[in-house]
Amino acid sequence: MSDNEIQPSAPAPAASSAPAVDAAPDAAAAPEPKPERQPLVRLSGVKKYFPITQGIVFQREIGRVHAVDGVDLDVYPGETLGVVGETGCGKSTLGRLACRLLDVTEGTVEFEGREITKLKGKELRAFRREVQMIFQDPYSSLNPRKRVGQIIGDPFQIHGIADGKERKLRVQELMEVVGLNPEHYNRFPAEFSGGQRQRIGVARALALRPKVIICDEPVSALDVSIQAQVINLLEDLQNEFNLTYIFIAHDLSVVRHVSDRVAVMYLGKVVELSDAKRLYAEPKHPYTGALLSAVPVADPDEADKRERVILYGDVPSPIDPPSGCRFHPRCPKAQDRCVTEVPPLEPKASGDLAACHFPLEPGEDLAKAKPGIRQESTAPAM
Amino acid sequence: MALLEVRDLHVQFHTDDGIVKAVDGVDFTLDRGETLGIVGESGSGKSVTCLSILGLARGGRVTGEASFQGRDLLKMHPDEMRDIRGKQIAMIFQDPLSSLHPYYRVGAQIVEAIQAHEKVSKKDAHKRAVELLGLVGIPRPERRVDDYPHQFSGGMRQRAMIAMALALDPAVLIADEPTTALDVTVQAQILDLIERLQDEFGTAIVMITHDLGVVADMADTVLVMYGGRPVEVADRRTAYYHPHMPYTWGLLQSLPAIGAEQDQERLHPIKGLPPSLIHPPAGCKFNPRCPYVFDLCTREEPKLLPADAASPGHLSACHLSLEDKQRIWEEEVAQTR
Repeated sequence: MSDNEIQPSAPAPAASSAPAVDAAPDAAAAPEPKPERQPLVRLSGVKKYFPITQGIVFQREIGRVHAVDGVDLDVYPGETLGVVGETGCGKSTLGRLACRLLDVTEGTVEFEGREITKLKGKELRAFRREVQMIFQDPYSSLNPRKRVGQIIGDPFQIHGIADGKERKLRVQELMEVVGLNPEHYNRFPAEFSGGQRQRIGVARALALRPKVIICDEPVSALDVSIQAQVINLLEDLQNEFNLTYIFIAHDLSVVRHVSDRVAVMYLGKVVELSDAKRLYAEPKHPYTGALLSAVPVADPDEADKRERVILYGDVPSPIDPPSGCRFHPRCPKAQDRCVTEVPPLEPKASGDLAACHFPLEPGEDLAKAKPGIRQESTAPAM
Repeated sequence: MALLEVRDLHVQFHTDDGIVKAVDGVDFTLDRGETLGIVGESGSGKSVTCLSILGLARGGRVTGEASFQGRDLLKMHPDEMRDIRGKQIAMIFQDPLSSLHPYYRVGAQIVEAIQAHEKVSKKDAHKRAVELLGLVGIPRPERRVDDYPHQFSGGMRQRAMIAMALALDPAVLIADEPTTALDVTVQAQILDLIERLQDEFGTAIVMITHDLGVVADMADTVLVMYGGRPVEVADRRTAYYHPHMPYTWGLLQSLPAIGAEQDQERLHPIKGLPPSLIHPPAGCKFNPRCPYVFDLCTREEPKLLPADAASPGHLSACHLSLEDKQRIWEEEVAQTR
């Protein structure tokens, strides 16, 4: 591969004067805050179905898991887009589609205006440099038999960027940037704590100076005090390197803290997309409301005051999702219309998007709502 | 007399690297119907404390006293212990998938628990299992009772675990991170269920968790552990509104606020890492991470004592004077929450 093509940002390998991670030069070239807000990543009509097959030799498709089922989402440069939802709602699949770890079944993914779902070879490799990922589990996402220096240095090797001494230097700089001791270059992942391992994962994602980092539950495996350290680190790096984050998590308080906008997903669809502050103050979709009310708050008086909106039953199967609004079997506000008609994701009163026929009014008490249809799953008899 | 009274509990594990002092002097009492919330980070000794009370701390050297209804659990013969474990003190574990046997039907596992302690026919035990599954909110229990664990969702498995734990109407229920592996909506269901069952049966609960939100919701008394020791014990409101120990402050400060009004720019993590349990720091174990450390902290380990004569139930292990604690909390820490 040609070195000069994929290495436009770093000058000659004069290692001492060219740190691996200085301020992004292309960001410096465009100092205007937002000329017309071109999305950096654009997902349009993205669907991902996983086939379920039966038989060994003649595999027949007997069904499909609708993991992501028609998502439109724009991510703008420099922002943090939070994605929340329960297990199995498709949020991780969405993240993987955005960086093409998975191929879409239908729809398009654009990066800087360029369709990436069909990229191959050299072009795909160049795209891989721009979008990186941080994984949830700092234990299983690092190869236990490789030394830290090699783990963080692998991206340089794969993309043929820096060799030998220079690679080591760059790796050590990265380690310093994420708050690891560069002297630990030759240690194994097992010698680090969970928080430190997650820093290794961050350093690895940062190595190629990507524009977008997809953080898939980056702190959910960490203790609270360490969680806060990693979140602060991610925020510092965002400011320093002008990064754009897609932040996937199920912890709503963490997502609120880091995000500018939040997309709430339910069974493969975005049900609400809104400014982070407004989402928490005035949820529009009953699912968002219920989700928020379920988060325990570390404040006893508040906890006593609050009434949890209990959603009974489990998330329905994504193999055969419910008709109409997918939330209707659990929704406290469901009416007949919700069973038959799919609500579009459209702007509601505040300008935020929600996919609901009967969105919540500001201050409405969801705990007192009565569904207009018979719900399949009801409260356990006690 | 308290239902369960733990005094000076120590658990040590001998490893190739040295002696791990996993639990290093824990005292607490638990009354009927009370909920004790034990919080702390991974490795602070919360789970080992409870496992050792039940004689499940395999390979550990356990010393101290844990008297349950006047009998010391730690000195008991294993056969006696087996009678108590499950029947009088039951436990729910964090991961419902690995604590249910994948090879046996859910119902059969509940039946086994019942028959281990009571002389009932298999048929009656099976009937009880169905009732219990219905009680914990599993739809169509008469059919689901014959399912295997993999046919249950995560929330349903945890419900099945609760059903099993409650099968023999225990006096004490130890819940070790019962909702950590679950989604918030399912967590809300499970917490709601535990609360209602407690109201009904008067079970005393020890709730181990790292989630300060869950404790704020559930506990009557909060016990904060650090490095194998309790560093603060207080009733729920005191623990959140007037805590004395810098570690508790740090935990509360690390949380992002969910309230809509405040908007913090940065979180306030506790610097550094949890202590080594093999070579713990001298003096107070929290001193290398404590922003208010002074010379006494590195020399002498503080005892867990009431700092304020006005609230004798509020214990903390910290060398700071009461005035300092109150001043720092009011002026510095409470501001950043």
